[in-house]
Amino acid sequence: MWIEWTIATKFLHEGKVQSTLILVGIAVGVAVIVFLTALITGLQGNIINRTLGTQAHIKVQPTEERNRILPPAAGSVQLVLEDKRAQRLRSINNWQQVRDVLDTLPRVTAVSPVISGPAFARRGAALQSVVLVGIDAPRYQRIIPIQNDIVAGVFRIGAGDAVIGKQLATDLGLRAGDKLRLDGGQQRESVVNVAGIFELGVRELDSRYVYLEMKQVQSLLNLPGAATIIDITVDDIFDAQAIAARITRLTGLKAESWMETNAQLMNALRSQSLSTQMISAFVALSVALGIASVLSVSVVQRTREIGILRAMGTTRQQMLRVFLVQGALFGLAGSLLGGLAGYGLVGAFNTFGPKLFYIPVNPWLLVAATGLAMVTGILSAAVPARRAAALDPVEAIRHV
Amino acid sequence: MSEHDASQEVLRLQGLRKSYNVGKPTEVEVLHGLDLRLQRRDFAALVGASGSGKSTLLNLIGLLDRPTAGELFLLAEPTRSMDDARRTELRGSTIGFVFQFHHLIQAFTTLENVLMPLMVATGKPTREQIDRARGLLAQVGLEGLEQRKPDQLSGGQQQRVAVARALITHPALLLADEPTGNLDSKSATEVFQLFRNFNREFGCAVLLVTHDSRMSEQCDRIIMLVDGNIESDKALG
Repeated sequence: MWIEWTIATKFLHEGKVQSTLILVGIAVGVAVIVFLTALITGLQGNIINRTLGTQAHIKVQPTEERNRILPPAAGSVQLVLEDKRAQRLRSINNWQQVRDVLDTLPRVTAVSPVISGPAFARRGAALQSVVLVGIDAPRYQRIIPIQNDIVAGVFRIGAGDAVIGKQLATDLGLRAGDKLRLDGGQQRESVVNVAGIFELGVRELDSRYVYLEMKQVQSLLNLPGAATIIDITVDDIFDAQAIAARITRLTGLKAESWMETNAQLMNALRSQSLSTQMISAFVALSVALGIASVLSVSVVQRTREIGILRAMGTTRQQMLRVFLVQGALFGLAGSLLGGLAGYGLVGAFNTFGPKLFYIPVNPWLLVAATGLAMVTGILSAAVPARRAAALDPVEAIRHV
Repeated sequence: MSEHDASQEVLRLQGLRKSYNVGKPTEVEVLHGLDLRLQRRDFAALVGASGSGKSTLLNLIGLLDRPTAGELFLLAEPTRSMDDARRTELRGSTIGFVFQFHHLIQAFTTLENVLMPLMVATGKPTREQIDRARGLLAQVGLEGLEQRKPDQLSGGQQQRVAVARALITHPALLLADEPTGNLDSKSATEVFQLFRNFNREFGCAVLLVTHDSRMSEQCDRIIMLVDGNIESDKALG
């Protein structure tokens, strides 16, 4: 390989202007791909983080209640007019055991049982419908780190303490330390102390959620000892669907991943990724064509030299490799330059851009871009390299 | 079969024919069955009018092209049915080329150009090979110009580099296609003398295509090609 390498680099060095032009071309292409990929990855990561910052990756719920209809006697026909069952609020059977099983599952990072149901919040004459959320605070904080979003008071649950959303506090004119009356229906009422007020930035949550201790919600909803939902986070959010399916098989409960709950968002993200990939593919294609055309010209320009080399015992394979090495070098050097330029753009965007979100810099992106560019370089050099190898030395030497 | 065995046969042609455009209406036979032998010590000139088939014959002998019929033995090996890889290897190890236009590679230095046949065969040159290349450059009178690029040399100097390059592999046969055709008479004489010296020193057979009668008359043997046939083959002196 030494001689192929030597000839290839000397040829590139000799054709400095040509080599520089195509290198800049490749670098621009790679920079566009790197920047675009980083931008879209950052944007999507940001959207996903915001979405999942306020919800679990997987929600485990009891299965829906269905009517059980006796099978008709053999030989008879049955006509059934069936009304769906009303889904009352129910506990997950043996939720403590289910929780313990889920705790041991690989890839599950946090498990938090929750009891959640509707109620009214009342202060004076004002009435608001709310969602009571009974939590096991240390576990729940690993799913949604709500302590980070407290805007008034402290995050404290239990012993008559509640944490409510900012919008609800505004609607009812509450401040931290005030009292709030909760009505779970059928005379089940209690008065709680507003220990803290949170703001998650999602209006629905900020105006409805009332965090309490599990026990208190159980008694307000008249479901002693119950948990209606188990919230779960997983290590890779894009595997949530598969892990949810596994949990369903394992427990027989209904497990729904965030991807199902946010199908619209997922669809948008997928389309975005697809269009990014399309743009990248076309940029890569034009880079490949650029490399191929420069090397094709080079083969024609060097026809005579190829002939001399062949006359002096250079084999067809060696000649082929000389041009493949040139393609690979173009890819390697161009992608390194382009990768650095791309990262420069990312840095500029993070520093001087609109600062709506931060683009993380992934070093693997550079490695992948370099590898891909080298493969592209070799592939696009294939056609001109084959022409160089196939040159008839007699013709080539006569070529002046 | 020592390298200096004067009677050793380097090249033998048997009924060698070459046609172009075979199978087409424009098919034309350029060489009409040539028989020829070259020995180790031969110093022969190949002369003939242009169009007589000199270059075609030289390309065949140099294994750059394949005959249509007949056989070509190089160091007693039949070559017509050899595959391309084997021909390339044999060409690299037994034949040295000097072309009319020096045909050096601009991207490499003088020294690297001389080493090129060795480098394509065995890779990075050894100390001993580099020394041999320097020695050859000194012999052709280019000592101290090893690191120059070809375009920094005169035409005569470039041709002398080409001669050194042709000899670096100790070829059994040196083929030269009008090696002095592009040089002034002083340089031409110098280059011709080099061929003479190496023919004597290394015992490599030399086949020289030339138009120049002053040059051919100084050879030991003149092979005259007329319309694709060997018209005469006579020894001089």
